Amino acid sequence: MVQINFVRSVMEEQQAPPAATTGFLGWIRQNLFSSPLNAILTLLSLGFVAWLLAHSLPWIISPTWRATSLNECREILMGEGGACWGVIRERWLQLMFGFYPSELYWRPILAFLLLLIAVAPILFTGVPRRVLVFSAVYPFLMPWLLWGGPIWGPVVAGLGFVIGFYAHQFLKPIAGGLAAILTGVLLAILWWLFLAGPTASALSSVLPLALQSVESRAFGGFMLSITIGVVAIALSLPIGIVLALGRQSNLLIVRSLAVGFIEFIRGVPLITLLFVASTLLNIFMPPGTNFDIVLRVIIMVTLFASAYMAEVVRGGLAALPKGQYEAADALGLDFWMANRLIIMPQALKISIPGIVSTFIGVFKDTTLVSIIGLLDPLGLSNAIRADQAWNGIVWELYGFIALLFFVFCFSMSRYSMYLERKLQTGHR
Amino acid sequence: MASLTDPPKESFRLGMLIYDTRYRSLTIQIVALFVFMIFAAWLINNTLANLAEQGKTIGFGFLSDPAGYDINQRLLDYSSQSTHWRAAFIGLLNTLLVAFMGCITATIIGVIVGVLRLSNNWIVARLMTVYVEAFRNVPVLLWIVFTMAIMIETLPAPRAFKGENPTANMVLFDSVAFTNRGVYIPEPLFSRGLGDLPVLPDRDSPACAAPEAGAPLNDSCGVFQISLDLILIVAVLAAGLYGSSRIKKRADRIQNATGDRPTTWYLRLGVVLVPLAIVLAILGFHLGYPQLKGFNFSGGTYLRNSLIALWLALSLYTAAFIAEIVRAGILAISSGQTEAAAALGLRSNRIMSLVILPQALRVIIPPLISNYLNLTKNSSLAIAVGYMDITGTLGGITMNQTGRELECVLLLMLVYLAISLSISGIMNWYNDRVKLVER
Amino acid sequence: MTKSVFVGALALACVSAGIAAAGTLDDVKARGKLNCGVATGVPGFAAPDANGEWQGFDVAVCRAVAAAVLDDPSAVEFVPTTGKTRFTALASGEIDMLARNTTWTFSRDVDLKFDFVGVNYYDGQGFMVPKELGVSSAKELDGATVCIQTGTTTELNLADFFRVNNMSYEPVPIETNAEAQQQYLAGACDVYTTDASGLAATRATFENVADHVILPEIISKEPLGPLVRHGDNEWGDLVSWTLNALVAAEELGVTSANVAELAAAAGNNPEINRLLGTEGTLGEMLGVPADWAVKAISVAGNYGEVFEKNIGETTPIGLARGLNAQWTSGGLLYSPPFR
Repeated sequence: MVQINFVRSVMEEQQAPPAATTGFLGWIRQNLFSSPLNAILTLLSLGFVAWLLAHSLPWIISPTWRATSLNECREILMGEGGACWGVIRERWLQLMFGFYPSELYWRPILAFLLLLIAVAPILFTGVPRRVLVFSAVYPFLMPWLLWGGPIWGPVVAGLGFVIGFYAHQFLKPIAGGLAAILTGVLLAILWWLFLAGPTASALSSVLPLALQSVESRAFGGFMLSITIGVVAIALSLPIGIVLALGRQSNLLIVRSLAVGFIEFIRGVPLITLLFVASTLLNIFMPPGTNFDIVLRVIIMVTLFASAYMAEVVRGGLAALPKGQYEAADALGLDFWMANRLIIMPQALKISIPGIVSTFIGVFKDTTLVSIIGLLDPLGLSNAIRADQAWNGIVWELYGFIALLFFVFCFSMSRYSMYLERKLQTGHR
Repeated sequence: MASLTDPPKESFRLGMLIYDTRYRSLTIQIVALFVFMIFAAWLINNTLANLAEQGKTIGFGFLSDPAGYDINQRLLDYSSQSTHWRAAFIGLLNTLLVAFMGCITATIIGVIVGVLRLSNNWIVARLMTVYVEAFRNVPVLLWIVFTMAIMIETLPAPRAFKGENPTANMVLFDSVAFTNRGVYIPEPLFSRGLGDLPVLPDRDSPACAAPEAGAPLNDSCGVFQISLDLILIVAVLAAGLYGSSRIKKRADRIQNATGDRPTTWYLRLGVVLVPLAIVLAILGFHLGYPQLKGFNFSGGTYLRNSLIALWLALSLYTAAFIAEIVRAGILAISSGQTEAAAALGLRSNRIMSLVILPQALRVIIPPLISNYLNLTKNSSLAIAVGYMDITGTLGGITMNQTGRELECVLLLMLVYLAISLSISGIMNWYNDRVKLVER
Repeated sequence: MTKSVFVGALALACVSAGIAAAGTLDDVKARGKLNCGVATGVPGFAAPDANGEWQGFDVAVCRAVAAAVLDDPSAVEFVPTTGKTRFTALASGEIDMLARNTTWTFSRDVDLKFDFVGVNYYDGQGFMVPKELGVSSAKELDGATVCIQTGTTTELNLADFFRVNNMSYEPVPIETNAEAQQQYLAGACDVYTTDASGLAATRATFENVADHVILPEIISKEPLGPLVRHGDNEWGDLVSWTLNALVAAEELGVTSANVAELAAAAGNNPEINRLLGTEGTLGEMLGVPADWAVKAISVAGNYGEVFEKNIGETTPIGLARGLNAQWTSGGLLYSPPFR
């Protein structure tokens, strides 16, 4: 009997996919030319990129690194278009450090490196928790490194916190939580106002441990931007937490004060706050007080950042499930304990990406200080052009500054995105 | 049993202000209020003491003095003899203008870029990523300066249009000129116009003296002037649109009743266009083309390079942020929505515009508001390109010339605060309207 | 936690800051430093070099005062100020004197409560145009687009000039000289107007200097000079007479080369002797050592030497003395007698 099979009994060998859908060609077809519209878009984009490179590369690749003035660049280039990179070679240190004494450059560099160590335990989970002690010390170490002077100023300032803390610990069993906190804060303030100064001078006369002091007017360039940005963000964090708690509070007056402050600061442009720093802040202070412009700017930028920080922290607080608050209440924790042990650790963890992007924003906004005459990178670029040798240089300086800003901000924003992804999985 | 729920009756003690939760909140609030008031009083006291020492007084009288400087871009009449008040107001209008235009273009660019970032075209998606990262990570002040510099360096100067063999030419049938001073476009003119209506005119001032027969009214009469032609045109247009919507409603009714929809597009178009065309013809509408005269083009509408550069830079900068918001909003819509729409047979661009974007909008709007606010506040950097916004007039030249820092800065902050609060008010109202009603 | 730094810094700042109400001269001596307000960068007048040292014509005035008071020309803190911040910086005591191309006007002197102590440069507002426009007088500028550097009296002068001559113009206000220069060179404005010294300094850096002309009209008087707070006459006198000493030194032929020799012993010109402190007690009257003028002059020489070194015809800026020559050679520089 002849067997007639209508069904294939032997499996056919699997064929290779069509050449046009695999490999490089397939990738190109799928990703660049999947439809007529896509093909047009691809060609347009390629043309744009080619045009951009054709115009910018010859300008960027220019043999003017050794030139010492714009005229020399013009001689080297002999009428051809090209950048004059000599200005960067001559002034890049100034663009980084401003007028900071060059033999002391190690101090801002060290401060910056230590900053990375100090924030590491907050930003990365793999770092031993003991480093947190250093993070607590760092805020006192940094001003000493940057501004110099006797070490006793920061030490005495730190002592204020210790005094406040121990007063709180000592009083709490006797007088209760709120009274202990109030007394602690009051004692610390009294210490700073009346005892800290004399103690510091007494200590430094006994044991003069001092770095050469540097006026904040010597700060400039990227160092100034980073200093303003870092100090403002660090100071704005506690203020922002207080404001956020105030805004969430049930107490009408406290809430309206917090809301008023936050909305006022967020409603006006930073430049008007900088005008206040440059022209009005001295008028608001008691007659005779006078602090230099960098400090005034730091104060105003801190106020500015804390309003934004308050909103970031508020977002973190709002993202916490209500059950966390109720659980804390159910355990019988009071307001401060609940916040310290349960609410804040979680809320702050959620807010870290927001905090980082606030920092990026503040860091970028520090360029505005050039409008009130501070010599940040943009301000310095102007001062450099006032030198007859470099008068007329525009793109090289702006390009260099933009590149550095991009490197700083882009790496931070990448980090914040990484963190966001990590926190998302950790939280759900 | 009642005794358990009643609070224990006891006399009021001072300690209860701190330890009794009923009174504690009151105590804290009063203390906070006192601290705040003392702080405010301290600030005011210091200010008065310092001003007295410098021999200055606080007063806004100086704002009524002649400003003495000129402003290039003015939406209302202004001359160097106008007051500082008026200069500030002209600046305010300029701020609002650039903020308004910037918000619109930033939204358009942002939505397009946000959608394109999710495109399956590799190179387009990459290019958009580069754009977004480049703009988000470089300060806006640098971008403003860059944009201005690019405009100045790449576009031809008006001089290049001169001579027998000009190196640059006007485009669009010799009607539009792109120069590095700005863009000149044709302006609408009316040969039989109705003239202007001065608002709050001061009849005694020489500017408002009755003009010669046929001559136009002096520009400086009244606080500002409204073009009667514009009012008429807007009124006719509104009436046409209303008529058109009535026709559409009628067609809807017929469709609901009978199932057949009458063809109405030509009726609807006619109701809007015919009256408009008649009115324009009666008013003698024609276009005034820009022409090179002397140093500059004259005639036509002139968009200054400072306005364009600021507008472009702010739009592109803010659009990079909006693109991220749009992208996040789109990604927040579950892919089931896309699949369901595809199952209904919609094409991919219609899926985007009919299904995804309307839903994503609800996620997008709140952060969009804060970006609009940022754009408005960033417009204060206009001084970097010499655009005379309110920071440039009131907070710039007026402050420099009069030396009244306190008054100028306070006024400036109040103005920005008012703008910000009204923008967020309007947008929050809109947000409440489009928000999903949760059940 | 970090708040303490803030408070500490605040406290330090309060302690270290001088009190404006006391005499500025005593403050400066006690501090050992002179705080001098300068521009953020004006070619030839004030600009930091690659080492961060400030150089320029205005800077030289600051150094001369520091040398006269503190015997150390480097004991100066230079505070860069903008057109907006300069007056508040001076009024609030942040700086002791302002040497920043500031025009002496009635309202600044009277209403803003400052004292101009003299004039170190007589300037005036001028116009620069490209040669190809074929303009030879500012009266032909009707309808032109004019770049102005803001923050000074320039806008007001320009508005007045065009109004008086019944011409129209398009003002383009620009914050910094660098941007104004860029716009002007690209043809985004037809004319660039600022102080004539600034025009010359800007033109000197152009690739083709000969393609640009500075129009003959000078439309304003711009006496630029150092200023101090109103009401502190001792300090004002000191700054004023330091400036006068530089001017008088040029008139009397005292230079940085021969000042040490002339100051070694009293010579036969009594005015030189009084100036250099070898005769009389002028220094004591001012509250500074007798050889204050010697110190001031030895920093960078007399007025003429400072001028030549920073902005004179041998520098790229190449300004002629013009109005700023001694009265004996037809200029306006005229120091009151040292007697």
